[in-house]
Amino acid sequence: MTATSHTPGAAANDSHSGQIQYVTVIIGGQLFGLPIHKVHDVFVPESMTRVPLSAPEVAGVLNLRGRIVTAINMRRRLGLPQREGNHGIMAVGIEYRGESYGLIIDEVGEVLNLDAAGREANPANLDPRWAEISGGVHRLSGQLMVILDVERVLGRMHGDLAA
Amino acid sequence: MDDLLREFLTETNESLDTVDVELVKFEQEPNNARILDNIFRLVHTIKGTCGFLGLPRLEALAHAAETLMGKFREGTAVTEEAVSLVLQTIDRIKGILAELEANEGEEPKGEDRDLISVLEAMAMAEAPKKEPPKKDKKETAGTLVAQVLERELRPGEVSLDELERAFRETAVEVEIPADGPAAEEAAAPAPVGIDFARVAAEIEARMKQASPDDKLGKAKASAEDGEAEAEAKSEKGSVSSQSIRVNVETLEHLMTMVSELVLTRNQLLEIVRRHEDSEFKVPLQRLSNVTAELQEGVMKTRMQPIGNAWQKLPRIVRDLAQELNKQIELEMIGADTELDRQVLELIKDPLTHMVRNSADHGLERPDDRRKAGKTEKGTIRLAAYHEGGHIIIEIADDGRGLNLDRIKQKIVENGLASEAELEKMTEGQIYKYIFAPGFSTAAKVTSVSGRGVGMDVVRTNIETIGGTVDLKSVQGKGTTFTIKIPLTLAIVSTLIVESCGDRFAIPQLSVVELVRVQNNSEHRIERIKDTPVLRLRNKLLPLVPLAGLLKVEVSAEKSEDEGFIVVMQVGNVTFGLVVDGVFHTEEIVVKPMSKMLRHITMFSGNTILGDGSVIMIVDPNGVASAIGTAVATDALDAHADADAARGVDNDAKISMLLFRAGSPEPKAVPLSLVTRLEEFEIEKIEHSNGRDLVQYRGSLMPLVYPNYDVRRREEGTQPMLVFSDSGRSMGLVVDEIVDIVEESLNIQVGSDVPGVLGSAVIKGKATEILDIGHYLPLAFEDWFKRKEISSAALTRKLLFIDDSAFFRNMLGPVMKAAGFDVTVCASATEAMRLLGEGAAFDVIVSDIEMPVVNGFEFAEMLRRDARFRTTPIIALSALCTPASIERGRQSGFDEYVAKFDRPGLIAALKEITSADFGIAA
Repeated sequence: MTATSHTPGAAANDSHSGQIQYVTVIIGGQLFGLPIHKVHDVFVPESMTRVPLSAPEVAGVLNLRGRIVTAINMRRRLGLPQREGNHGIMAVGIEYRGESYGLIIDEVGEVLNLDAAGREANPANLDPRWAEISGGVHRLSGQLMVILDVERVLGRMHGDLAA
Repeated sequence: MDDLLREFLTETNESLDTVDVELVKFEQEPNNARILDNIFRLVHTIKGTCGFLGLPRLEALAHAAETLMGKFREGTAVTEEAVSLVLQTIDRIKGILAELEANEGEEPKGEDRDLISVLEAMAMAEAPKKEPPKKDKKETAGTLVAQVLERELRPGEVSLDELERAFRETAVEVEIPADGPAAEEAAAPAPVGIDFARVAAEIEARMKQASPDDKLGKAKASAEDGEAEAEAKSEKGSVSSQSIRVNVETLEHLMTMVSELVLTRNQLLEIVRRHEDSEFKVPLQRLSNVTAELQEGVMKTRMQPIGNAWQKLPRIVRDLAQELNKQIELEMIGADTELDRQVLELIKDPLTHMVRNSADHGLERPDDRRKAGKTEKGTIRLAAYHEGGHIIIEIADDGRGLNLDRIKQKIVENGLASEAELEKMTEGQIYKYIFAPGFSTAAKVTSVSGRGVGMDVVRTNIETIGGTVDLKSVQGKGTTFTIKIPLTLAIVSTLIVESCGDRFAIPQLSVVELVRVQNNSEHRIERIKDTPVLRLRNKLLPLVPLAGLLKVEVSAEKSEDEGFIVVMQVGNVTFGLVVDGVFHTEEIVVKPMSKMLRHITMFSGNTILGDGSVIMIVDPNGVASAIGTAVATDALDAHADADAARGVDNDAKISMLLFRAGSPEPKAVPLSLVTRLEEFEIEKIEHSNGRDLVQYRGSLMPLVYPNYDVRRREEGTQPMLVFSDSGRSMGLVVDEIVDIVEESLNIQVGSDVPGVLGSAVIKGKATEILDIGHYLPLAFEDWFKRKEISSAALTRKLLFIDDSAFFRNMLGPVMKAAGFDVTVCASATEAMRLLGEGAAFDVIVSDIEMPVVNGFEFAEMLRRDARFRTTPIIALSALCTPASIERGRQSGFDEYVAKFDRPGLIAALKEITSADFGIAA
C-alpha cells in the first residue's frame, strides 16, 4: 500500500496567510482539489468487498491498516461514465464525522499552494450534480481546478440515505 | 465538575442502590441489627460527604433520614410507613443527585421541608416512648436472643449474657461508649466477680477483625453491636483494597485495541501458515498465546455479575406489592453469574419489565391465592446460570399462569389469527402471541403494566443482542420466561458462507443446521409455483436465496438447485438461506458499519477476517423480517412441539454422531459430547514430540487416532471431532463423518476393548459406541486430574445409581477421576439394599428415570431415614425442565444436573463436598 501521509494542520497556517494547500486529483479528466488538511492519506485500495443493497456510489468496504474504510466511487458520484480499460485505482483517505472514507479517483496529482482570494464561485450553468459538491473554482494556467467540498460529497449521501 | 464531586456522585449512587435493597430486606427482618447498621452507615456517609462538599439540601435530607433510622437502632418498631418514608427520601436524594450531575455540580434549588418535617415528625412520635433509659430498650429489643458463643464455655469464662448484664450495669455511669474498644474499657473496671479479662480478650480478638478506621463514630452500646459491625466490616474491607475504579471508556478502548490485536495476530498466523519453516513461527506462537490470554483478561474486566442488573428489583417488587396489595417474595438465584457489561445494560430494562409483569399479571391477590390453595405470599424467582457460551435467565412466578382463553380472544380481536387457525395451534403456540406487538391481556390498564407496549418490546430488545426469549405456562401454577443471551457482544462466532462470489458471515447463534442440496440427492429444492421449499424431516422449509435477498446479480450458468442451505431460526421463524458455499466458522469482532451503510437492515455490522479482507455480517433479524414473519411460524412450532413431544414421550432417545474410523462399520459417540466438527487441511497437521498437532483457535490441539487403521490422508482435508473442556481441545481423527441420528441407545454387547463401550443397534446397523473418556487422557494425560480434585474429595465415597449401562460406564470413570471413591448400582433397589447393609456414602448421585423405583421416590425414601437426611443427593436426568427440577427439590435432591453436563456434575460435586468441608472447619 503506497501511502503519502500529510500532516493535517499544516494548512491552518497557510490559510492564515491567505494561501490554501490543495491535493489535486483527476477524475474523468477533470482536475479537482481537496484542501490538504482534509486528506488523511492516499492509498491503493486492495481487495474491496462489495456491499449489496448499498447506494450505487458506494464501491465497497476495505481494510486499511486495521480500519474499515467505506470506499466511494467518485466517478459515479459525479455522474461520470465508468473508466474503460484496465487501470490501477487510487483512493484518497478522508475522515468524516469520526468515520473513515476512501474517495476512489483516477489519479493523484501534485500539491498546489493557491491564493484563497483566487477562488471563484461555481459557474451558474454547472451540472447540478457537480455544483452540489463543488466549493468553487480556481483558474490555473492551462486548466481549471474544481474544489471538492468533502462535507458536501459525503454529507449529501448521508442526508439522502437518512431521508 | 471536579473529580471529587464526580467520585462522590458515582459512589453515592452505588450506595443508594444498596440502601434500596437493604431497606427492603430490613422491612422483612426488622430485628436484624446488621442490616440496619449497613443502611445507617451508608446514609451517614452520604450526609457526611454532602456536608463536606457543601450540598446543604442533600445534607438536610440525609440527616433527617438518619435521625429516623437512629430511632430504629434504638429499638423503635419498624413500620411499613417508616420504611416507605425513608425510601421516598432516598428517591428524593437520587433525584437531586441526577440534577446535580446534569448541572455540573450545582445543587438544584428547592425545598424539602415537606419530607423533612414528616421524617422529623415520625422520629419525634417515636421518641417519647423511647425516653426510658436505653438499657431497658436493650432488654426488650431482643438482644438477649442471639447470644450464642457457638461453643461450650470453658471454665472461668462467662457467657455473653452475663457479659451483657455486666455492661448494662456499668454503662449507666459512663456516657455511651464511642466505639468498641471503649466499650471494653468501660467493662474493665466493673466490680463484678467474673473473669472479664478473658471475655475482653475474646471481644478484642473479634474487634481486630473490624477495620481500624471506624470514622463513623457510631455509638455502640453493647458488645453485640460491635460484633455485628465487625462481621460487616470484615466482609467488605478486604475487597475494597484490591480493586480500583476505572473509567468504562478506558476499558472499552482497551477492548477495541485488543480486538485489533487479535485480528492482526490472525492475519500474521495466516501469512506464516503459507510459508514452511518460517523463523517467525515460534515467536508468533508465543505472541498468539499472549494475545489469547490478554484477550481473555480484558474480557474479564468487562464482566459484571448479573446481580448488578437485579439490584433495583427488590425495591421495585416491594413497591409493587404495596401498590397492588399483594404479598410477593422475590427470590434471586445466581446473582454472581457474570456477563459482559454491555449486555448487562441492555437486558436491565427487559428484565425489570418482566418482573413487573409477573408481579402485576402473574401473581394473584392473597385471597385468590388462598382460595386456590396456595400460600398467600406469591414468589417470583429469578435465576441466572451459564450454559455453553450463553447465559440463561429464568423469571418464574407461581401465580395463575397465562389465561389461554383471554389470549385467544385477543388474538382474534386483533386479527392476528382466525378461530379456525387457533383450533389447530398448541397452547405453546398460542402463548407465544403475547410477544406480538401491541398485545396485552390485562383486562384493565394499571399504572404498573398493561399498556400494550410490553412483551414485544422485551422480545425486540432481547433479540437485538442476539438473544431469544421463550415461555412456559401452566394454568394455576405459574409462568416461566426463559431468556437466552450471549455472554458478550464483542466477539461473535460466525459461519462464513459464499454467495455469488462474495463472502458473508452469519452469526452461529441463529444457525440451526446446514443441508447440502443437489439435484440428484435426497435433499433437493422443490418449487411451489416459484417459491422454493425444502423437505426437511417431513416438514416444508421455506427457502430464500441469499443472493436474491441481497439483490446480487446471479450469473446465468449457475444452477439454482445446487448449493447449501443454512437453516436459520430467528425468534419463531425458521427458514433456509440458500448459499453457494460454506467455508468455516470464525470468531469475529463485530465492528459497526459506516453511517452510510447503516440503513441496510440485512447487515448488522462488518469485520476484518483473518486474511485481512472485510466481510459483511448478515443480520438474521433483518433477513427474517425481509422474508416476512408469517411465512414460517408454523414450520417452527411444529418442529418445536415435535421436540417437546419427543422429550416427554421418550427420554431415552439421544442424538448420536455416526462416523467411520479405521473400519467400514459405523462408530458413534453422543453428539452432546462433541464440541465441534472440523476439517483440517493436511498441511496444517504438524508433527511434534511424537504426536500430531494442529493449531486451533490460537493454541495447539493434539490429535488422537481411535485406532491404527484410521486413514492418514495424504492430501485434502482430514475430518475430526473436536472435544473441548475448560479451554483444552482434543481432535479425534476420523475417516468420515456419516450422520447424526436420534436413537434410543441400548448397548447390547459390552466390550473389553479399551476405548469402546460396546455395540448398539443404530439405524439398523451394529455400531460401536466409543468411550470418549478413554481418549481424553490420551490427549492430555491430566485431563481428568486437574482442578477438579480437592484433597477433601479424595477420600469421599460416592454412590452412583443409573439403570443405563452406557451412563454407568461413561460417568463412573468421570467421577472416579474427579477423586471420588465410586460405587455403582444399576437400580435404586440395589442401592437401597447396599445402604440397608450399612454402607455409608458421603454423596449420592442418582438417575431420575429408572424403572421400578424412580429417582424422586428413591430420594424421598432416603430423606425419610434419619441416617441419610443430611447426605447430599444429586439428581442426574435427561429431562431438565423447571418442573422436574422443582420436583427434584421437593423430593430432597440438593442438586439437579443434566445427564450430559459433565462439567456441571463435577461442579455440583465439588460444591457439595466443599460446602461440607466448610461446615466441618
